[in-house]
Amino acid sequence: MSKPGAIDFSTFPDASGHFGPYGGRFVSETLISALDELQAMYSRLKDDPDFVAAFDHDLAHYVGRPSPLYLAERLTEQAGGARIWLKREDLNHTGAHKVNNTVGQALLAKHSGKSRVIAETGAGQHGVATATVAARLGLQCTVYMGAEDVKRQSPNVYRMKLLGAEVVPVESGSKTLKDAMNEAMRDWVTNVDNTFYIIGTVAGPHPYPQLVRDFNSIIGREARRQSLEQFGQLPDALVACVGGGSNAIGLFHPFLNDSEVKMFGVEAGGEGLATGRHAAPLNDGIPGVLHGNRTYLMEDEDGQIIETHSVSAGLDYPGVGPEHAWLKDIGRVEYVTADDKEALDAFRRLTRTEGILPALESSHAVAYAMKLAAEMAPEQNIVVNLSGRGDKDIFTVAAIDGIEV
Amino acid sequence: MTEQNRIDCRFARLRGEGRKALVTYIVAGDGGLENTVPMMHQLVASGADIIELGVPFSDPMAEGPVIQKGHERALASGASLRKCLALVKEFRQVDEETPVILMGYANPIQRMGEREFADAALNAGVDGALTVDLPAEEAGPLNELLAERNLRNIFLLTPTTTEERIREITGLASGFVYYVSLKGVTGAGHLDLDSVRDNLEHIRRFTDLPLCVGFGIKDGSSARSVSAHGDGAVVGSVLVSAVAQAADLAVAKAKLGEIVSEMRRALDR
Repeated sequence: MSKPGAIDFSTFPDASGHFGPYGGRFVSETLISALDELQAMYSRLKDDPDFVAAFDHDLAHYVGRPSPLYLAERLTEQAGGARIWLKREDLNHTGAHKVNNTVGQALLAKHSGKSRVIAETGAGQHGVATATVAARLGLQCTVYMGAEDVKRQSPNVYRMKLLGAEVVPVESGSKTLKDAMNEAMRDWVTNVDNTFYIIGTVAGPHPYPQLVRDFNSIIGREARRQSLEQFGQLPDALVACVGGGSNAIGLFHPFLNDSEVKMFGVEAGGEGLATGRHAAPLNDGIPGVLHGNRTYLMEDEDGQIIETHSVSAGLDYPGVGPEHAWLKDIGRVEYVTADDKEALDAFRRLTRTEGILPALESSHAVAYAMKLAAEMAPEQNIVVNLSGRGDKDIFTVAAIDGIEV
Repeated sequence: MTEQNRIDCRFARLRGEGRKALVTYIVAGDGGLENTVPMMHQLVASGADIIELGVPFSDPMAEGPVIQKGHERALASGASLRKCLALVKEFRQVDEETPVILMGYANPIQRMGEREFADAALNAGVDGALTVDLPAEEAGPLNELLAERNLRNIFLLTPTTTEERIREITGLASGFVYYVSLKGVTGAGHLDLDSVRDNLEHIRRFTDLPLCVGFGIKDGSSARSVSAHGDGAVVGSVLVSAVAQAADLAVAKAKLGEIVSEMRRALDR
């Protein structure tokens, strides 16, 4: 429990949307009033009993929550140390944690009276989760996706189209997630009167990092309760992968005031930190300003954002949520990396030992958790966020194996 | 600091002459780093009052497709914030009078350091800065550093800016206020002149600073229409598009000259 004088993490961000020096609102003037409007609406609704009940209802009956906390016995045995528990976000409707947030933001969109939603997507998971809730509420939906990602993730592109969304390939810049986010911002600035922007991660201008975190915090609230029920104490450690960081903050946030719970955010080490070809801004980046917030970024000496590399498209992003930047600086969370090879090994290992095919993103967390477990005692407990299922990744893995599916 | 800022001088002169300001935007390094300064001189020779030099950024979030491509070409030709500053210094060797504003995004300035940027801008002969993604809430420290050096900080006002914010922003702004004529990115096409007039009249109640109108201005006639209710017009995408289409510097200069003189004539008519 929190000690006197310790930081109360539930009070962040501050009124202007900052987590220490990070976060804030770095957008052009046209968007400020839309952000003010969103913030006012969210402050009004977040503790409103009807809104909370509607969100809880959708999580239970549409998403399928609570997701299980599963003891991975054979994986634990192979790692040879602490018990590894998997928080099964892969079992959610649409196959990942992303839907927690899109269900919440769709409720906000409905309240705003706007008839159209837009989203950015990298691997396509957030795009699918957005197209899904848009279909359910009868909202018009446009998803921006880097042209490179459109090529790499064609099954998800088709899923979004089946759900009735328009998918716009983005040809500017590096043609990946960051460019998709630029393009979604441009759309929003132009159509701000009738359009609600559903951001998929805990980045972007205030209040997005806060509300995306809050909607995903259901992960940590459930995990906390399940830990007490299933093993009678809080976990000794939490492990989650970090791209933008929405699944990680969702797991971590309800435990931040529990100082005895250690936390590890696992960034994409790509081809290895030393090669520079990775997506690990917290390990090898520098604070700067991108996509509406101040945070750690991958950039060159002139402040230009550089391309990132990861086997997992969902972690392939040069920035990270501002709350993570702050949690790193104050030392509350330790940010580490798992490289492509380690993630692929973990992907295969979990599939073969537990019959669970993890997303390549989540495989980074599994990889680190196995290393960590080996250094811990058998009576200790690690909770790993299994943020998504790996069905979407079989083409990537098959290609690496030289197999045509 | 007793020395007058070039932006202030220019607007004082224009007001005295009863003329409107023509503010012209090109991206530094677009069309080749070595060609930027000659293009700047061409803009001035054809009647530009103020040069807004775009500082290229990898993620120019507020730009439409034409200026985005300009940023990409400029970066490919090796442009950076430091090189932009060097270009202004070179421009100043010949032109001591024309105000130059750097228009760009926060991150390159953050990377250089706000204080170092402010010093370097003063040293290079820059007169002001417009940082698109640095709204009033986040602009405080840079604003002070620029003010201490008698440099101007240009802010955007938009059709969505509330009255409360207009007060706040005009309190921080200096040089002139840049009114964004539409909801959208640079180069968009849906200019609503009635709304521009109404909004400029509204903003005028809160500030004596010159009001320049940008976004969606394509030719002399649209420049003249928007500036009828303000103090000047800003033109960007149409110039960047001309640079993009030009095969070499001579063609680029000729085309820029043609567009800018037509606008100048329309404004002075």
